[in-house]
Amino acid sequence: MSTGEKVAGSVANYVDERTGAAKWLKKNLTKVFPDHWSFMLGEIALYSFIILLLTGTFLTFWFDPSQREVIYHGSYLPLNGIHMSAAYDSTLHISFDVRGGLLMRQIHHWAALLFMSSIVAHMLRVFFTGAFRKPREFNWIIGIGLLTLGIVEGFLGYSLPDDLLSGTGIRIAEAIIQAIPIVGSYLTFFAFGGPFPGTSFIPRIFTVHVLLLPGIFLALITVHLMLVWYQKHTQYPGPGRTEKNVIGYPLMPVYMAKAGGFFFIVFGISAFLGAVASINPIWLYGPYTPGQISAGSQPDWYMGWLDGLVRMAPPIETHAFHHTISWNILIPGVIVPGIFFTFLALYPFIESWMSNDKREHHLLDRPRNAPNRTALGAFGITFMLVTLANGGNDLIATHFSLSINQITWMSRIGILILPPLAFFVTKRLCLSLQRADRELVLHGKETGRLVRLPHGEFVEVHEPLTDAQAWTLTQHEQLPALELPEVDAHGVLRPGGLRNRFRAKVSRSNAEAIAKPKPDDLKGIEDH
Amino acid sequence: MSDKAPRLSDPGLPEHVHRKADTDPAAAKKAERQVAILFTLSALGTILFIYSYIWVKTDRFIFIPIMGDQNASQLGMGIGLTFSLLFIGMGAIHWAKSLMPDNEVAAERHEFRSEEADRADFVATVKEQGAASGLGRRSLIKRSLGLSLGLIGLSPLLLLRDLGPLPKKSLEQTSWKTGTRLVTDPSGRPIKPSDLEVGAVAQVLPELQPGQERTLENVGKDAVLLIRLRPEEFELSPERLSWTYQGIIAFSKICTHMGCAVALYEQQTKHLLCPCHQSTFDVPRAAKVIFGPAARPLPQLAITVDSEGYLVAQKPFTEPVGPSFWERSS
Repeated sequence: MSTGEKVAGSVANYVDERTGAAKWLKKNLTKVFPDHWSFMLGEIALYSFIILLLTGTFLTFWFDPSQREVIYHGSYLPLNGIHMSAAYDSTLHISFDVRGGLLMRQIHHWAALLFMSSIVAHMLRVFFTGAFRKPREFNWIIGIGLLTLGIVEGFLGYSLPDDLLSGTGIRIAEAIIQAIPIVGSYLTFFAFGGPFPGTSFIPRIFTVHVLLLPGIFLALITVHLMLVWYQKHTQYPGPGRTEKNVIGYPLMPVYMAKAGGFFFIVFGISAFLGAVASINPIWLYGPYTPGQISAGSQPDWYMGWLDGLVRMAPPIETHAFHHTISWNILIPGVIVPGIFFTFLALYPFIESWMSNDKREHHLLDRPRNAPNRTALGAFGITFMLVTLANGGNDLIATHFSLSINQITWMSRIGILILPPLAFFVTKRLCLSLQRADRELVLHGKETGRLVRLPHGEFVEVHEPLTDAQAWTLTQHEQLPALELPEVDAHGVLRPGGLRNRFRAKVSRSNAEAIAKPKPDDLKGIEDH
Repeated sequence: MSDKAPRLSDPGLPEHVHRKADTDPAAAKKAERQVAILFTLSALGTILFIYSYIWVKTDRFIFIPIMGDQNASQLGMGIGLTFSLLFIGMGAIHWAKSLMPDNEVAAERHEFRSEEADRADFVATVKEQGAASGLGRRSLIKRSLGLSLGLIGLSPLLLLRDLGPLPKKSLEQTSWKTGTRLVTDPSGRPIKPSDLEVGAVAQVLPELQPGQERTLENVGKDAVLLIRLRPEEFELSPERLSWTYQGIIAFSKICTHMGCAVALYEQQTKHLLCPCHQSTFDVPRAAKVIFGPAARPLPQLAITVDSEGYLVAQKPFTEPVGPSFWERSS
């Protein structure tokens, strides 16, 4: 036995005698994880969160979360002698006078964009493959919570430097709070410690940004990962993969090395972006004052959809009984996002209501085999893309010399027409792909080889699929639609007629599919 | 609900294909060397990072094609850090993929639902312990506990009350009073009508009284835009026309939609555009909204000149400036 082994052995013995950890670790160190590139999207989110904690901690050592007015005398000469808040002053100090400060600021900002992008990509993967189905509904809801908090956390983070751009964003947030009926003006006065902007919000959002939300993140991420661990990861369908097993590589050593290595790669890419790609150059914007603004004001991308919704809102306010309700703020700023995120969070339950499927699912769907879900996803993505594009309507207008009014009108019409269109097209595409799968299984792959038969006819040779390929294309279930007759066996009207009719209609749409080949179909083919 | 249709048969897991390094010691040795090279590159990256931190001056710039002038210290540290991190990651993954065991393993899953007996036991335990505590029987305890638990949530809410003062009438008032002089921002000079040519635009603020200081809260409500047109270009009601002076018209600069500064004036069309959400206001028609999400025109400030010929406010704003709020009555 080498010295290293001896030391490791005695440490392990020491710990185990006090915790009994050996049994648990023995089982879990060889825990199996399935392998697929799309399972790494959530990992990227986790790793960028760690990068955010590390770089963020560094930034707090110099950042001064205060709106105390100071006069700048740092190395960035264009702002020399300008009045500004201590927050803006210290951000300039980090950017120009702390070695590596700008690098850390930029890595922090890039990692935040990466964090949000990977959360969204991970969520789309989970959505389109049906990984949210029983027993993973809790984790889906936690994920939606993390997405929502991530948007808030990112917004608060880029608001901290108190520059002209971020202050404008805070002003807009204030207007949204102020527009809430009855309590709006009170809430803004409490949030800002008086009239906008006041001198309270930077210290307050600093505490929320560096303590409260990261704490909640840490707790939610822990539960999220524990559930993944405990419920075991889902897997893509394929030969030998069933609902009852999980095929993959053991945690130790393969996954430890791969995941650990991947963390360094994500960190390395963030560092590269921070090194070469300038982001949020606050020294160009100047300090915040409510009387000024820069043209082309844009939020970060994960807020862009919200800004785009606000930009396309119709100019409607209700003035009655000495009160005002700003629909032009409430609809795009509160109501539509509220409906969207609620629907998103409840989708696992809506789907199981449509299909009445209450079983556990560990095998993922190929998106084409769930046409209705895939089409709904396309609906949501299209909705978001239209709003996001409209969030940049001013930049589109100036870059392509277009009329901003026309772009906005295109978005207003597009938001109503394009998502349903995307739903329809995607659903047809999925069904066509199912048809193509059926063709493949029944007639094999086209080889491009033409053969001339003795009597002169030309035919193309088709190469049959392997058993493994045929299985992968046909292993999925095709659930029938719910049957919810309006009358029962005795011809009496059942209660909840309208609701049942609606549910049956939705269920029929959800169950639409091209019949997959059965063993008998294949036998018939072999004969000719 | 399940799909009972007959299926093709599952051929089972495909056979394991060995990698070259599994069978060929030379290939394994080569992979080992590659991993070592990657780790070494990472170490070199760290050395570049240390060098840039200590020996490269923070005000030194170097020219990089495409990127332009770059701060050498930041760039050196950044590229050093990138190398040190990226190559550790690549080394570890290459190691895992080429040399660590790659046999796929199957683990079994079990349904999460507990055994019937355990579930029944659980329910029985809850019922039994619940009954033992007497919560079901002793309704007085139950109700008073419910009351106190319901109320306890109020304390933390109440504690938040002192986060800020009540709004009172603050959202409806600005610093503009009858006779307040208009002064330029930021130099604070009073202006005469002759300072403003036709077509010109200027941002003004109310003149500070002695001993008064200007806060950002004031600016957020007081900022006013002056625009000078030819008097015949106005399409105003007689009252609103009397609020202008020799073609000079004054509007609140704070957008009635979400409070951004309405800063873009288009001289040709005489439109004011808010850069945040593109609400567009038509200046000759008292800043009527002609596009975008704003629902109300910018409030107009009535102006005239005082005895010395400087521009002053005739009276305060007649309506609240800035974005809407519930208590706003008009």
